[in-house]
Amino acid sequence: MPPPLQAQRLLLSHRRLPSAHRRRFTAVSSLPSAPAKTLATGPAPSTILSIRESLLSGERTAADITADYLSRLRRTEPSVRSFIHVADAAAEREAEDLDRRIATEGQDAVGPLAGVLVGVKDNLCTANMPSTGGSRILDGYRPAYDATAVRRLREAGAIVVGKTNLDEFGMGSTTEGSGFQITKNPWDDSRVPGGSSGGSASAVSARQCVVSLGSDTGGSVRQPASFCGVVGLKPTYGRVSRFGLMAYASSLDVVGCFGSSVFDTAAILSVIAGTDKMDSTSSSHDVLDYKSELVPLDLLESKPLSGMRIGIIQQTLGEGVETGVISSIKDAASHLEQLGSVVEEVSLPSFSLGLPAYYILASSEASSNLSRYDGIRYGRQVSADDLNELYGGSRANGLGHEVKMRILMGTYALSAGYYDAYYKRAQQVRTLVKKSFKEALDRYDILVSPAAPSAAYKIGEKTNDPLAMYAGDIMTVNVNLAGLPALVVPCGFVEGGSAGLPVGLQMIGSPFSEGNLLRVGHIFEQTLQNYSFVPPLLAES
Amino acid sequence: MALTLLRGIRTPMVARRNAGLFFTTLQTPLSRFATRAESAQATEPKPPAPKSIQLATKEAAEQKTQGFEAVIGIETHVQLSTVTKAFCSCLYSYGSQPNSTVCPTCMGHPGTLPVLNAKVVECAVKLGLALNCEIAMTSKFDRKQYFYPDLPKGYQISQFDIPIAKEGYLDLDLPMEFGGGHRRFGITRVHMEEDAGKLLHSESGSYSQVDLNRAGVPLLEIVSEPDMRTGIEAAEYGAEIQRLVRYLGVSNGNMQEGSLRCDVNVSVRPIEQSKFGTKVEIKNMNSFSAINRAIDYEISRQILLHKEGQADQIVQETRLWDESSQKTFTMRKKEGLADYRYFPEPDLPEIVLNSDYIDEIQKSMPELPEAKRRRYENMGLSMQDVLFLANDDNVARFFDSTLGHGADAKLAANWIMGDIAAYLKNEKLTIDEIKLTPLELSELIASIKNGTISGKIGKEILIELIAKGGTVKSVIEEKDLVQIVDPAAIEAMVDQVLADNPKQLEQYRSGKTKLQGFFAGQVMKASKGKANPVLLNKILGEKLKASS
Repeated sequence: MPPPLQAQRLLLSHRRLPSAHRRRFTAVSSLPSAPAKTLATGPAPSTILSIRESLLSGERTAADITADYLSRLRRTEPSVRSFIHVADAAAEREAEDLDRRIATEGQDAVGPLAGVLVGVKDNLCTANMPSTGGSRILDGYRPAYDATAVRRLREAGAIVVGKTNLDEFGMGSTTEGSGFQITKNPWDDSRVPGGSSGGSASAVSARQCVVSLGSDTGGSVRQPASFCGVVGLKPTYGRVSRFGLMAYASSLDVVGCFGSSVFDTAAILSVIAGTDKMDSTSSSHDVLDYKSELVPLDLLESKPLSGMRIGIIQQTLGEGVETGVISSIKDAASHLEQLGSVVEEVSLPSFSLGLPAYYILASSEASSNLSRYDGIRYGRQVSADDLNELYGGSRANGLGHEVKMRILMGTYALSAGYYDAYYKRAQQVRTLVKKSFKEALDRYDILVSPAAPSAAYKIGEKTNDPLAMYAGDIMTVNVNLAGLPALVVPCGFVEGGSAGLPVGLQMIGSPFSEGNLLRVGHIFEQTLQNYSFVPPLLAES
Repeated sequence: MALTLLRGIRTPMVARRNAGLFFTTLQTPLSRFATRAESAQATEPKPPAPKSIQLATKEAAEQKTQGFEAVIGIETHVQLSTVTKAFCSCLYSYGSQPNSTVCPTCMGHPGTLPVLNAKVVECAVKLGLALNCEIAMTSKFDRKQYFYPDLPKGYQISQFDIPIAKEGYLDLDLPMEFGGGHRRFGITRVHMEEDAGKLLHSESGSYSQVDLNRAGVPLLEIVSEPDMRTGIEAAEYGAEIQRLVRYLGVSNGNMQEGSLRCDVNVSVRPIEQSKFGTKVEIKNMNSFSAINRAIDYEISRQILLHKEGQADQIVQETRLWDESSQKTFTMRKKEGLADYRYFPEPDLPEIVLNSDYIDEIQKSMPELPEAKRRRYENMGLSMQDVLFLANDDNVARFFDSTLGHGADAKLAANWIMGDIAAYLKNEKLTIDEIKLTPLELSELIASIKNGTISGKIGKEILIELIAKGGTVKSVIEEKDLVQIVDPAAIEAMVDQVLADNPKQLEQYRSGKTKLQGFFAGQVMKASKGKANPVLLNKILGEKLKASS
């Protein structure tokens, strides 16, 4: 795999388009922290690329970069609260190590992600840091090993800056379900960042780290990406090893990633994707260098998407979806048309069945997966006189309300006499959903929809109405049931907060078509005009 | 191995003296192995039993079960002797320091995932084929869910509706002491699963500790059809499973270590009734003998309740066998059916086999006990011999190898079952632990047959070979044991003896012809036992005749 810089240079040597065809893009380069020098040719919002360039040119050290991020993190964290644990000292130490290695062994001694600060969702195990899954029952638990995705990032030179907040064990859509703290949306601190990977989304949005890892069981990467105005990728089921990811619903769980640009997201996927002998459900499908497929803006033809067929899912633009969201998506659709693609409405008749099927399957698997948190071997244990009290007390104390509710639902759905009516039926619906997506994807290269029916809502707005919160997952859960990859790219704004609230466009592809999704997403992002997805929080400072 | 060799069924019942041979009621060939060499000091109680054993036990059984029939089914758990556990790469060995063979996966830590050990599938297919089962080309794992501190994940990875093997049968021959007879018992299914850890309770009862060494060790569960009717049938079924797993090399089958565990379901019904009675599960039997006794006890208990009109006292429950009181006791009553909330294990892909894989395993299968028994039977060996030789893998291998070197089957059988078995019993050894090789046993048999040595000398050489090794040839040469077959040499010795004993010769001449035996003994002594006895008697007879 060539380092990103080389790939970029290779591309830069190609013929440039006349400047009239270039489109302006508000780049991250205006940020105080962002590397001063970005590619001169136009909007290249890849922070990873900039870090690499400045590191390799000797312009900045890993320690400088880390110090910048940490100082911004310290400034913004009191209001955002993305992290359950910040590993600042370790990050500084690792950055110094990198600088030493670059000095003594040369630039080739460090990996492609050297000096890239990564936030890791706290349901991913990290060997030298607490990993709680956002649950009090794992308060103080330190795993003996790194999750495969984390290990691969570290091996590529990335620095884990901390563990991000989430809804307990990934169960929730607001990050309010964390056993520790409430994370706020960097765009408006009275609003939720989405969830369950809310901390990972807000951390990237507030530039507290360069990229982050999340997990997506029913939309937990895509919906917070949309709420926070960042790029979020949910890979194909099995594309990234689940080893080290605290299981919520094993047949749906996927490790995903966030970045402030499509390029950064692609760079992360290239590193974390691939088969893993520790996860039997991981795929041996070839891993591409996803970022090398991305064409810089100045090399784009005027109709870069010509020949591409895009289906806009009819069922996602109707009742229950905010009008602002609908118009953002429709604008995005016409933008995709302008880029040369054919956009048509497509109907997925089984679409509305996905949500109930998802909640039955996810809860069923969760009821089983969370049995291990029993207070016997690790985590919180209450003292008790007999075994049932020990179990009951430890779980009653350690697990939160939403988690308990889902365990109860799942236990019920799997019980003798109910299995056929619930679990089995839901599996049949899942087969239907898979089939209808396959048929649609046989006709269209990509399907698009909103990533959520609304933009970020107020903290507390849905805490007492779980059904309303569950309904918010309608845009995303079908993709998990079908095991497909989906990319969310910020595409517009709706009214709200001081600077508007971001809306994300969800692009869904066939299994293992991440390369294509990222390519299209990158073109979309590079050609989107008049939008800056840097939250006001940063502009103020 | 020495321990397991003796772990057969020993029913404290009958031993009887008959024409100088000693029998005890040994139900497995293994214990028969042990007691054959016991000679007169049988250790077990011997109530006077003048009738034949078969008749006695049959009558007793009929008397006890009068009008009733027991129905018995068995669930057997076999711990596989794979190098690593079923779903992680931890090693496992019985008796290790608690929690020393564990890792995040088998301890059920967050984020860990099971990865199937391919050897487990191989063992399952082997045993499935050996049990004449239909192998599922596509099967899957399921989660069986319950809470217990020895179960780290809160569920056991098992197989629910699609076991890897189903619908087979097991053939066996009952021991001769129980009337013998061939039996075929149905096998419902064989499935793969993982073992749980162990709880160690403090003596005060105030706390318990968990040892997770065994957690995740692969098991095969074999479920039989309810085809057995007596304790001995059930015990023999268990013993045959043990033989199979040892022949196949999939498990050490050791009951004391818990590598082979049998849970037995027993019910009783009036003979004419087709509906099964209420079944009771019995656990905690750590020998086949205990299985036999526990079942027979349970059958009598249930029949008694039926006879007393208290059949409703027989409830679905789990009872424990108590070795000290020789009784079963209620462990827990079953309140309704346990709901394990089985569902497909999402962390493991389906297990898809192809016919090449199965053919390959089929080809690698050794000759199994049943085939061996039929082959030995066809050699003309008695069923007593057949069971003894075929039912222990090591003995069978030794016997077959001896035959492979050209030995006569009956003679080889006699040596193995006689002097060799006696030696093994005394020294507490197994046949593969002695220095005697099958080749030398066949040489020994040949040397006796061709007259190089006498049978008596043969026994001496055998002991030498067992204890010290070496070859028949070297021992014969070293100890100068070659039989004297030269008539002239024997004649000279006879002449000498007659000359040395003029008084006895005189008596012989005066009609005391019994003294021929005395002269023969003297000659044999002079030859140090090496004179060919036939030749000696012939020459001595001629000389005496001539001199009288």
